[in-house]
Amino acid sequence: MSKQSKVSTTTNEGTLGMYVSGFVLSIALTLAAYTLVVKRTVSVNLTIFIILTLAVIQFLVQMFFFLHLGRETKPRWKLFVLIFMITIVLIIVIGSIWIMNNLNYRMTPDQMNTYLNNQGGGF
Amino acid sequence: MSQNLSTENSLQLSSQDLEKDSKIQFGFWVYIMTDCVLFASLFATYAVLHTSTFGGTSGQQLFNMHNVLAETLLLLTSSFTCGLGILAARAKDKQKVILWLLATFLLGLAFLALELTEFRHLYVDGNGWTRSAFLSAFYTLVGTHGLHITIGLIWICTMAARVYNAGLTKTNARQLTLLSIFWHFLDIVWIFIFTIVYLMGALGK
Repeated sequence: MSKQSKVSTTTNEGTLGMYVSGFVLSIALTLAAYTLVVKRTVSVNLTIFIILTLAVIQFLVQMFFFLHLGRETKPRWKLFVLIFMITIVLIIVIGSIWIMNNLNYRMTPDQMNTYLNNQGGGF
Repeated sequence: MSQNLSTENSLQLSSQDLEKDSKIQFGFWVYIMTDCVLFASLFATYAVLHTSTFGGTSGQQLFNMHNVLAETLLLLTSSFTCGLGILAARAKDKQKVILWLLATFLLGLAFLALELTEFRHLYVDGNGWTRSAFLSAFYTLVGTHGLHITIGLIWICTMAARVYNAGLTKTNARQLTLLSIFWHFLDIVWIFIFTIVYLMGALGK
């Protein structure tokens, strides 16, 4: 019996209640974001902020209820790798958008062609 | 006595098995995280190129939102049935495992069918992947997710066949857990495709 209980705590898998609550929460968050966009009740910028927040909340909900991340025992290696991944993802995404918008802002298409021609390339 | 011992061996995991399981799960988890980085680079490409329509139509006119909502709900439900399959596996209910895997497979197949129909409509209307940088980035991002779904569907099929033939052995139970991690992960990636590509596209941003 003691062996049984040890097994159920270490194979960090969820219960039916966890899966059901994760499913219901995810459906609710998806429908909320969808209605907000289709109905257009608030301004575009606010809508974007809200739907991105809802996406992040749904990410956390599924991580917790479906992938059982909160139930990991110490040392929490999975969590460490996840945080490292999120760091890399944010650097790639925000960095790319930042750099490319900056290039866009500083260069007209004409300048771009001249620059590329001077480099010996160009379109 | 020996009968008793053998059933105990097949049903209960020893601490060695558990350690092996958690190591394998961790390795698979690291693979999933690197796959996230792959998707991040595709998301970054899409974010940079999504306004470069080359005079063509933008996402606002192209996307059919009803279709997208249906896809999202199908994938979400398949993620849930996959979880129910894991619970059935823990309860050692072989038939239920196969049943839930079948449900997951059908929901995933319906998702893929809707996605391919969307691609076909876009292509027929002259909005193929060569039309603009926006569409190239769109097909690459959404198509890569679709490719993962296809691989997942094949894995679900082989998994169901293995459980049907050999039952819920230690190896099969372990594989089933990895499959569920993979499938939940695809659902999580889809949340961001749904929000960033489709919802923000519908807003014209």
